[in-house]
Amino acid sequence: MRTSDGLSTTWVVIPVYNEAPAIEGVLEDVTALFGHVVCVDDASTDGSAAIISSVPGVRLVRHPINLGQGAALQTGIEYALQDPAMTGVVTFDADGQHHASDAARLARRLGLPGPDGRPLQAVLGTRWAEGREAKRPGGAGPARRLLLRAAVVYTRATVGLRVTDTHNGLRALSREVAASLHLKQNGMAHASEILQRIKAGRFCWAEEPVTIDYTEYSKSKGQSPLNAINILTELWLGRR
Amino acid sequence: MNWIIKVLLVIAVVLITGALARGGGARRLALRRLGLAVFALVVVASILYPNAWTRVARLVGVGRGADLLLYMLIVAVLALVATRFARDRRVQQQLTALARRVALAEAVPPTAPPASGEVPVPPGRPASGAERPGTGGGATS
Repeated sequence: MRTSDGLSTTWVVIPVYNEAPAIEGVLEDVTALFGHVVCVDDASTDGSAAIISSVPGVRLVRHPINLGQGAALQTGIEYALQDPAMTGVVTFDADGQHHASDAARLARRLGLPGPDGRPLQAVLGTRWAEGREAKRPGGAGPARRLLLRAAVVYTRATVGLRVTDTHNGLRALSREVAASLHLKQNGMAHASEILQRIKAGRFCWAEEPVTIDYTEYSKSKGQSPLNAINILTELWLGRR
Repeated sequence: MNWIIKVLLVIAVVLITGALARGGGARRLALRRLGLAVFALVVVASILYPNAWTRVARLVGVGRGADLLLYMLIVAVLALVATRFARDRRVQQQLTALARRVALAEAVPPTAPPASGEVPVPPGRPASGAERPGTGGGATS
């Protein structure tokens, strides 16, 4: 840890694919708190890249072809690793469902003592803490809730980490964790892959409650519940 | 079968195997060509002696030669799908690595001073680089 306030050496990695309506507001919120922000444009076709490059202080990395969210995350993390002063990365969704203040809270916990006393190397956002999800009127619909719960049960059983929210895009990872990631799942199965990495590397991790805003926009961008079938297939095939 | 269909089928098999016997690594290619030669001989033989399949089918406990062929076809298709799939995965990972290298090479490095909003082109970029309209240029807005 270089400074007590980890934010000045933290990179926020935002994978972007066709998020033109939301990305500018997201970047305004994030740049208000973080000095280092990189957007990985996954070959958007709606002019997202032009909007990103108009926001001062935001770095833009452009995939020449569309590769998927996992691939974009990996590219952004490798970009951040090029900065020798970087002590941690925060992964952040581009559709406005996360709060920058939550991201800052996650990032500040990196390096603080974790559940086992060691310094925290991974802080994972969870939407299920203290029943806040259930009480919120604009929360996830029943199908999505059921799906996310099933994903939690499945991931706990297969990965062996007792997490409460396996598919939350908001997480803070220390430099060591970031450097050990080699996401092979280009699609959406990377969420489980990151957890597998944390488990395999015996990194010290904790969860932190975060708020997810299910706006009409983020819902329209969200995955169909049927996509769970694809994620399961990708995970199974990826084992070979 | 009369002789016309036999001639047509033989020609078709020769053309298809000829088309398939191109490309690939030297050793693999040689093996594939050998396999194709055997395959072509078997196909020609079965066109000329259609009853041979029925005899082979009886030998392995299948009623008719046509049934045996169908089973073999299903197995061959499944094998093809499996090898295609593995290959697609490999190619996808190579493509991802390549695209990532391109993306990172084109980006302003994180340690460079932050572009102050108006500086669109990273310094030190080769002039021969591919021109991409709209790549961060100040042209928008």
